[in-house]
Amino acid sequence: MKKTLMLAAALLITPLVGNTIGYAAEGGSAIPEMMAKYEAEGASNFSAEAGKKMWTKVMPYEKKGEMIKDRSCSTCHGTDLTKPGKHAKTGKEIAPMIPSAVSTNRKGEQVPRFSEAKKIKKWFKRNCKWTYGRECTPQEKGNFLAFFKSFN
Amino acid sequence: MKKILLIMAVVGFSSQAYAGNIFENLFRFKGVKPVMNDLYNDSCSECHYAYFPGLLPKRSWEKLMLPDALEDHFGENAELDEEDRVEVLKFLVDNAADTSFYKRSTKIVRSIPEDVTPLRITEVPYIKRKHKDLPDKYVKNNPKVKSLINCDACHRAIDKGIFDDDTILIPNYGYWSELDDD
Repeated sequence: MKKTLMLAAALLITPLVGNTIGYAAEGGSAIPEMMAKYEAEGASNFSAEAGKKMWTKVMPYEKKGEMIKDRSCSTCHGTDLTKPGKHAKTGKEIAPMIPSAVSTNRKGEQVPRFSEAKKIKKWFKRNCKWTYGRECTPQEKGNFLAFFKSFN
Repeated sequence: MKKILLIMAVVGFSSQAYAGNIFENLFRFKGVKPVMNDLYNDSCSECHYAYFPGLLPKRSWEKLMLPDALEDHFGENAELDEEDRVEVLKFLVDNAADTSFYKRSTKIVRSIPEDVTPLRITEVPYIKRKHKDLPDKYVKNNPKVKSLINCDACHRAIDKGIFDDDTILIPNYGYWSELDDD
């Protein structure tokens, strides 16, 4: 009897708690964790300047039938990090790349930028490969994060 | 114990009634099963509308979700951690069109020859046929639509899995049922 009540209560409460805790983290809160990880992998002295330079570095991309010929981070994210970007193919808006930016997911939840390590990992992998045809080095990733962090 | 179950049943029923879901439930097998999964949503909807699994058969999702296929996902890199890839694939396969009783999923499956594995929803014969006479002004040249990949631009009840004509509103033009040249 008691167990049933507890279970019912737990079921009722779980989604509420999940929602609040899920995205309570502040924008940029996952950056230190990622930087520590890159340092453990041998990188050091992250440079916002180097990150900024690489941000607009254009890589030629040749493929028959492909609509985007030259690729850089700014192809989709733009050159002004305080403004939203736009997915080059789908046109979907991308939240600004500064730690104070917030994006809204499909469920209507507010997700602060760089608040989830998993997401940073996922997108560095996808986007470095898309842009440079290879994964970024820990040093490069740290430089990018330092660049984003400099807008704090 | 019995009392609790009774209370739960009553609460469950009345909250449904309150949300106006009764009619939706009556017709719930007519569209495509409106299922969503947090990981699928996170993994895919950051770039595009997260299509319901019931829009493609199992074999299509299996092919689309191969690690190599995700690395070149229509020209984009959509790689996932192996753990996530497996979980998303399971969600898609479990709810694929050929596991569904929903009317439109059934039509989708029936329209695809057995030896064909469409990778794009727009390649499914049933869906292709439904959209074939659309003038470019509504889709391609419509800045608020751009492409058929953006289902939700016009299908305004898609989150409920409903695609009926009276739920179609073409941005800049109006309700489908009120347009002359359909």
